[in-house]
Amino acid sequence: MISAIFDYEFLQNAFASGLIIGLIAPALGLFIVVRRLALIADALSHVALAGIAGSLFLSQNVTTLAALNPLYLGIGSSVAGSLLIDRLREVYKSYEELAIPIIMSGGIALGAIFISLAQGFSTDLVGYLFGSVSAVGREDLYTIMAIAVITLIFIVLTYKELFSLSFDPEYSRAQGISSRALNIWFMIVTALVVAGSMRIVGILLVSSLMTVPVAAAMQIAKGFRQAMFYAVIFGELSVLGGLVAAFYLNLAPGGTIVVISIMILLLVLGGKKLAASRSAVRNEEVGTGEL
Amino acid sequence: MTEPLIELEDVSYRYGDTAALEHIFLTVEQGEFWAVIGPNGSGKSTLIKLILGLIKPLSGQIRLFGRDASDFREKEKIGYVSQKSNAFNRAFPATVREVVRSGLVKKTGLFRRFPADADEKVDSALAAVGMEEFADRSIGDLSGGQQQRVFIARALISKPELLVLDEPTVGIDRKHMQSFYNMLGRLNREKGIAIVLVTHDVDTVSELVTHVACVNRSIHFHGPHEEYSRQESRIRSEWYGHAVRRVHHGKKAADA
Repeated sequence: MISAIFDYEFLQNAFASGLIIGLIAPALGLFIVVRRLALIADALSHVALAGIAGSLFLSQNVTTLAALNPLYLGIGSSVAGSLLIDRLREVYKSYEELAIPIIMSGGIALGAIFISLAQGFSTDLVGYLFGSVSAVGREDLYTIMAIAVITLIFIVLTYKELFSLSFDPEYSRAQGISSRALNIWFMIVTALVVAGSMRIVGILLVSSLMTVPVAAAMQIAKGFRQAMFYAVIFGELSVLGGLVAAFYLNLAPGGTIVVISIMILLLVLGGKKLAASRSAVRNEEVGTGEL
Repeated sequence: MTEPLIELEDVSYRYGDTAALEHIFLTVEQGEFWAVIGPNGSGKSTLIKLILGLIKPLSGQIRLFGRDASDFREKEKIGYVSQKSNAFNRAFPATVREVVRSGLVKKTGLFRRFPADADEKVDSALAAVGMEEFADRSIGDLSGGQQQRVFIARALISKPELLVLDEPTVGIDRKHMQSFYNMLGRLNREKGIAIVLVTHDVDTVSELVTHVACVNRSIHFHGPHEEYSRQESRIRSEWYGHAVRRVHHGKKAADA
């Protein structure tokens, strides 16, 4: 495998992209999970589907756009979707979650229309739905790198504000932290990460890479920084393991990555339970059990 | 002469068609300890939100530290402890240190890292509320009373001159409540921090406070604590329409 990476450019692209999204998806995902926005990643990925399908349709029918990389329209529609969700959440202030099904179904609906117009599923499209080891091009890799740079700068520069807003929104507002601008940027960056990750994990499974490693990390982390550290470790393990398995077994990497991340979650849950029962037994033996 | 910390002049606020507060006058000076009391739904929390600038008054003027509230930028001078701090998600992955440090966010400024002495500041804020040993524990593992002390530390870390607390003892048992209030009294006396405390437990805090404001849409009484004690039965009968002795407000408010 290692030597194959040096030999084949497509493997280099896939593994480099995978390593990058294994870092940024769980890191941003931690904020998404603690702010209870997990479904938004899902909605945005389905809006990206509309962009991808639309782009594939256009490249079939408009000769000047034949070489257009579908990733760009995917990113564009995902970002547009994030701004729409933000607007809808303002309009339906007391029913904020309503924005998600509206945008999600809108994305799928547009995607369905473009897919039928393009006369059904192409192998390209299946690659976007479930991820692909072989289809990641150099251009995709560079785009993902650019997204990673934007995401990491955003997280580093606004880490303390994002933490405060996630933990206690009212207190943050009383402190004078302007949540509105930060929320819009947060949504845009989320849309970018969603669009960047779908090349590897696929549209249908993007949100799991942002949530499952975080769910496992939150089980064992004492603090926020630690949770982010574990989430990234679990994310990288899932992506690397998933890509290797997908390559050798000729499977869609989205599936293998997510299955591995869920296995890690189960291991963490099991390990935690085991540790708890062990310490209970120890306490009983020594007679220091808590009352 | 220094400026009052809070000045409300003929302030009114309404939610839709419902008047929440009408013609409120209130002045809080340095070092004072105010108890704001009143039945449920009397507008106490609205009053706090107005002071904090979370909502804007419909009419009237609010001045903070001598400046118009809408121009007031030095938010770190006001430490805030909300009732909701009690109701945060216990599974939130954060250490006590991380939570207390977030009290420095605004002072530090956007795009900047926390100052190098942030950790020392966290330690001394935690020491002020007797929680220094808990710095590296997870916030969700603490009891309600301990969590509320942590939130006081978060408010204290920016060295405020005024602490505003909105029913901070909701969900804390009676035993810990008293020591919590005593700690507030110490902060007031020893550090000279002015305190505005919205509370139901007027009896528990009566030894500590210097002033009392009774709110029920308008302010029925505000003044020094001794005077409140003298007029207590009159004030309370005005609220509830009949004479009530020292009772728990929460229950009685429903039939007021």
